Amino acid sequence: MNVMDTRATSAMLYLDGVHVSFDGFHAINNLSLTLAPGEMRAIIGPNGAGKTTMMDIITGKTKPDEGTVLFDGVTDLTRLDETRIAELGIGRKFQKPTVFESQTVQDNLLLALNVDHSVRGTLFWRGSKPESERIDKVLETIRLTDARDRLAGSLSHGQKQWLEIGMLLAQDPKLLLVDEPVAGMTDVETHLTAELLKEINKTHTVMVVEHDMTFVRELGVKVTCLHEGTVLAEGAIDQVSSNERVIEVYLGR
Amino acid sequence: MTPHMLTRSLDRSATIFLAVVAACGILIPLSNLLLPAGSFLQVPTYLVALWGKYVCYAILALSIDLIWGYCGILSLGHGAFFALGGYAMGMYLMRQIGTRGVYGNPLLPDFMVFLNYSKLPWYWYGFDMFWFAALMVLVVPGLLAFCFGWLAFRSRVTGVYLSIITQAMTYALLLAFFRNDFGFGGNNGLTDFKDILGFNVQAEGTRAALFALSCLALIVAFLICRSVVSSKLGKVLIAIRDAESRSRFLGYRVESYKLFVFTLSACMAGVAGALYVPQVGIINPSEFAPGNSIEAVIWVAVGGRGTLVGAALGAVVVNYAKTLFTSGMLAPYWLFMLGALFILVTLLLPKGIVGTFNAWWDQSKEKRTAAISASAAAEDGVTEPKMAE
Repeated sequence: MNVMDTRATSAMLYLDGVHVSFDGFHAINNLSLTLAPGEMRAIIGPNGAGKTTMMDIITGKTKPDEGTVLFDGVTDLTRLDETRIAELGIGRKFQKPTVFESQTVQDNLLLALNVDHSVRGTLFWRGSKPESERIDKVLETIRLTDARDRLAGSLSHGQKQWLEIGMLLAQDPKLLLVDEPVAGMTDVETHLTAELLKEINKTHTVMVVEHDMTFVRELGVKVTCLHEGTVLAEGAIDQVSSNERVIEVYLGR
Repeated sequence: MTPHMLTRSLDRSATIFLAVVAACGILIPLSNLLLPAGSFLQVPTYLVALWGKYVCYAILALSIDLIWGYCGILSLGHGAFFALGGYAMGMYLMRQIGTRGVYGNPLLPDFMVFLNYSKLPWYWYGFDMFWFAALMVLVVPGLLAFCFGWLAFRSRVTGVYLSIITQAMTYALLLAFFRNDFGFGGNNGLTDFKDILGFNVQAEGTRAALFALSCLALIVAFLICRSVVSSKLGKVLIAIRDAESRSRFLGYRVESYKLFVFTLSACMAGVAGALYVPQVGIINPSEFAPGNSIEAVIWVAVGGRGTLVGAALGAVVVNYAKTLFTSGMLAPYWLFMLGALFILVTLLLPKGIVGTFNAWWDQSKEKRTAAISASAAAEDGVTEPKMAE
């Protein structure tokens, strides 16, 4: 049963009782989490807490051993593959910036646009005005207009991060999963990225995984702290960061 | 859209390439047929046949470059598709022999009479008609590639594992075609051809025409490859080559793309094989030998992977060297030379001849333009423009 008749939940993303283990190691342990439509959520937690594995489950890269993963209240994500999930409207930015290095910035965005992705569609594709206007707009948003004809591989680390966010914008998904967007960025770039994500959040549901607490604070959204594959604490940033257990396992005294 | 520098330079080499192939396809047959034999500019018939072989190899190399250079699928069994196309053509040529065979059987080719076949096997039906054989030249390799690819790509077999099973595929076919009871002439294969479309395959005119046709096929294959790789589909292929899982997360069905390009490539290899057989006059199971497929990959690596022109050039250059060095006193060392060539190219020219040339050309061009605004540009590249609040 891929699609249910009625919405089981009003949440954009609904995880309940999810378990995953790799060779006996419990990466995700009874994880439950909901994201309301239009919400932005920051996910924090120590290394190995299961943050990336959770994103792998949502995007179909990893299948959970048990548990429910519902998207938009109706779709069971555990039965679909990466391509289908991407088509449904879940976009992902990876921890390590993954852009198509041997292609231009502009072509990276063109590839990300949510237009016909079939073999026939791309073989007989001809550029259209609305498409190039959308690319221009994204280029402006991510400040790479001048670099549009440069190869993505020649960009700086921060610019690659931004290009990948731009690819998410071009993809225009309902839900954006953003893994460590400010890793390796300068303070100015970090600030700009927070602004950009807030802007994106006006029209999209966003989940951000990040270690940089200054950045998380700047986002000013609800925070979930994961530890050993389960939710340790959830709430406003001040509330979570004053939690004894969170301080103990993650933030340090 | 402004074309990228690399595409522009490729366009230039593409034009030169097409002009050279077209000129060869017209001038070599004309010189062979019209000029008096022995004159300085006359191309002797044996050379026409030899170069015709190179042109067929160039088509095979193009088909490999399309999947390996642009989609990262390293097939070490592409010789199988080449040979299947060759066998389809060979079957047509066998049935044209008719009563002129040693045994004079109007229906059965000589080897079947020799092996006591009572009737024509069903899969030989239709090969007396050229159009049917020509169709099978495309369909048989294409269908095998489709089935093979459907299973392999759907199960996400990639990289070296895929290369190994392509080797196994061509080796399995080698063993099957060696068997006498498989119905394709066993060890000896198909040979002693007489006519193609009513023309004597040995005649100079036919050979010249086959050469011209091979050049035409090379041009058509090149144009098909060019239009595929310069379409948006080509960009998707490169995306799959460079970051396969990333492409999935963007919503591309990677297996469909691979299947499309793999099947197209197999059909092209089949056409190359079909043109090859009447020019060399024989097709036998040794064409399925894994070594042949690996050699074809070396041509592409030498010429320049992912450049198309380089693949064709590599096929001609390496095979010319092979012809040169396998006759005479160096003959026993050819395989060592080929191996050394592959190692040297991998170490010293990882982009191949054409890839290295293109990189050098772009660099020197960039230097000339960058000389004007050198120092300022370097600083601008580092600092991010400030946000307008």
